Amino acid sequence: MTLPALADRAIVLHARAADWREAIKLAGDALVDSGCTTGEYTEAMIRMVDAHGPYIVIAPGLALAHARPGPEVRCDGLSIVTLAEPVEFGHAHNDPVRVVIGLAGAAADSHLAAVAELANAFNNPAVIPAIAEAGSRDEVRRLLGAGTGAEAPA
Amino acid sequence: MKIVTICGAGIGTSGILKVNAERALQRLGLSATVVAADIGSVARVAADAQVILTSAEFVEAIGATRADVIVIENYFDGEELAGKLEAALG
Repeated sequence: MTLPALADRAIVLHARAADWREAIKLAGDALVDSGCTTGEYTEAMIRMVDAHGPYIVIAPGLALAHARPGPEVRCDGLSIVTLAEPVEFGHAHNDPVRVVIGLAGAAADSHLAAVAELANAFNNPAVIPAIAEAGSRDEVRRLLGAGTGAEAPA
Repeated sequence: MKIVTICGAGIGTSGILKVNAERALQRLGLSATVVAADIGSVARVAADAQVILTSAEFVEAIGATRADVIVIENYFDGEELAGKLEAALG
């Protein structure tokens, strides 16, 4: 099992967001642009933080935006947004956020497999700052061990 | 032994916590079943759990429970996870 592919449209580098809502929206828009979700999924990701607080900021500098599987999700998908200026999410320990991941799972079990791969990549503490500083989409894919989705099947 | 990881949706952040808790348990030489769940099902899923792993945001909503509620700050910090699990289970 590998990460869902990261097409060019799923990676947005050095974007600007005025606040956490805009930062999550950027990650949601990238999922929509990749054809994986509808705009309703983006709204659902924002509602999770409205309802429960900034718990999606799971490590220093990193937010994992996601919502439940549902009809707004067309396929398993992943997006990566790096922020030109770090954004405060209101988290007690892990603010400010420099990297936002958008995660969409069509079903809970496939979702968990993708999440395990993400954990593999991020268990190296150097990866979050390296992604925040990455100058190209290929560098982000290399750091995460992800493909473009356009490769020939192995 | 049963450990439950809790987040808002039961699939994203709690999934990461489940994967990394299993790795921390392996490091400690402990065996436990680790289940990811959403905050809405915590009372049912964690009824027979010894430990609940979660973020500070969910402690109040988890409410009264017989399980040890452990707050994890950095979900990718294996030492934080292993240290807190060892303190709770050791």
